[in-house]
Amino acid sequence: MEEAIEVRNLWYIYPNGVVALKGINLEIRLGEKVAIVGPNGAGKSTLIKHFNGLLKPTKGVVRVFGVDTRKTTVATLARRIGIVFQNPYHQFFSEKVWDEVAFALKNFGFPEETIRHRVTKVLRLFDLYDYADRSPFTLSSGEMRRLAMASILAYDPDIIVFDEPTVGQDRFHKEKIREYIKLLSSQGKTIILVTHDIDFVVEEFNRLIVMSEGRIIADGAPREILYNEEILTKASLILPQIPRLVKYSEIPFLLKHKPLTEDELLIAVLGILRGDGGRC
Amino acid sequence: MPIIDVDNLTYYYPGSSKPALANISLNVEKGDFLLITGPSGSGKSTLVRTFNGLIPHLFGGRFEGKVLVKGKDTRYCSVAELSKTVGIVFQDPENQILTLSVEREIAFGLENLGLPRKVIRERIEKVLKDLNIVHLRERIPLELSVGEQQKVIVASIIAMMPEVLVFDEPTAHMDPLSALKFLELVHELNKRGYTVVVVEHRLDLVAKYANKIIILNDGRIVVKGEPRNILPSNIAEECGVDVPRYIRFFKRISNLAKISRYPISDKEAAETLKEVLGYGGSY
Repeated sequence: MEEAIEVRNLWYIYPNGVVALKGINLEIRLGEKVAIVGPNGAGKSTLIKHFNGLLKPTKGVVRVFGVDTRKTTVATLARRIGIVFQNPYHQFFSEKVWDEVAFALKNFGFPEETIRHRVTKVLRLFDLYDYADRSPFTLSSGEMRRLAMASILAYDPDIIVFDEPTVGQDRFHKEKIREYIKLLSSQGKTIILVTHDIDFVVEEFNRLIVMSEGRIIADGAPREILYNEEILTKASLILPQIPRLVKYSEIPFLLKHKPLTEDELLIAVLGILRGDGGRC
Repeated sequence: MPIIDVDNLTYYYPGSSKPALANISLNVEKGDFLLITGPSGSGKSTLVRTFNGLIPHLFGGRFEGKVLVKGKDTRYCSVAELSKTVGIVFQDPENQILTLSVEREIAFGLENLGLPRKVIRERIEKVLKDLNIVHLRERIPLELSVGEQQKVIVASIIAMMPEVLVFDEPTAHMDPLSALKFLELVHELNKRGYTVVVVEHRLDLVAKYANKIIILNDGRIVVKGEPRNILPSNIAEECGVDVPRYIRFFKRISNLAKISRYPISDKEAAETLKEVLGYGGSY
């Protein structure tokens, strides 16, 4: 499989001297679905800003589709990698919701007809069509986040980075985001999700990267990482809800099976109730 | 007398023909821990903005019915006056921070109340200690983590000694561990005697602390009561409330195993699970 993103020994030091990234190594293949978690200040946002060249490495290399980010422009990279940032306020500058979504499409030179078609489609998809003529700044914070997503998805990049998309979203909209990520993934898009919403991760992602203090401290299957106390403590993570329940219950059979989701716990519990799970 | 008494409140934002709140009636009693939840756009933030008069005084709009804070009608009291009883902590601490040191931040509100210097100094010392942030005294608030910033905001509000603390999605920008700790702090403040109102989505972390819950949908109260009774109800699920997964799980197995009482915390859920699976208390 083709490498979408390759990070080699990446160090980043902010102008104020803060060392935000300390030797990151990472490969993300085309079509992969990867979640990045870690406490505030772990370096997650600094890392993703390297993916579209907003930040350039202090040391080390970041390649996107084989191209060194230092040798190209943000505008060129942006066509293939879209980042939906967590604070939409910093992202909007149009007077109307419609224009906000159309902006990048116009910049990339799409024909009028295509622009109209795509803007309509994404606004409907994100329940924002009725707000087309409103100012982005009059939306609720949940709606603003959806608008930020709509404006990126409208121009159809190959890699999509979501920075905390589920914050402030109710369950219906979380479901919608989940469905949308699934859809994008089935179209072969590479999805990178930065989040604190560990319950959302375990239900949707099979690769988890854990960051702490500028380093990657774990990279692998969520099941192995989330039942590993040492990693959890180091990364100040709290367990997802179902593993939390299993841990407190101290039931050996469940601890061995390591269920991550409601469905997995249900299967394990049915096993015990039917008697083939063994009480130990 | 309830501290906050909302009586058949209907409210329209300026220029809007659809009410943001419709026929809301509720009471907040002294010592309550009231949890307000509901889907985005359901009116949660709008509702709490009526508790200290920001609505209608700052936002305008059409305001029908009334809100009484300690018996005083908010329409005829200033926000400054009401803030002495009700302090609100919003979700984005950055938008609430005004000064360049934690100490100055806490002093700001007190100076506006016109308190003598000596009292201001005493209150600052007390809240720094009470919230365990003495070490942050000289720091620049905007350079702190979100969790610490929120604590500073809480300190600056507590210093003014309100009776009710309102938190509007206070943990929205926090990582899970910071959120957990912050909600523990809110619980602690409630135990120390503050009346608390919290708007929150992370019910798995907060529901266990609340004695009352209100679910809003489309500007209306769809259900209110004790969290233990409300969260397992179908109506909570139907409104898009993020019902804790352990409650959803026990609902799903409730036709296979008898669930005598729905759990409201992880620990209770673990006990219920052991009971269901016959792992009794012999552990």
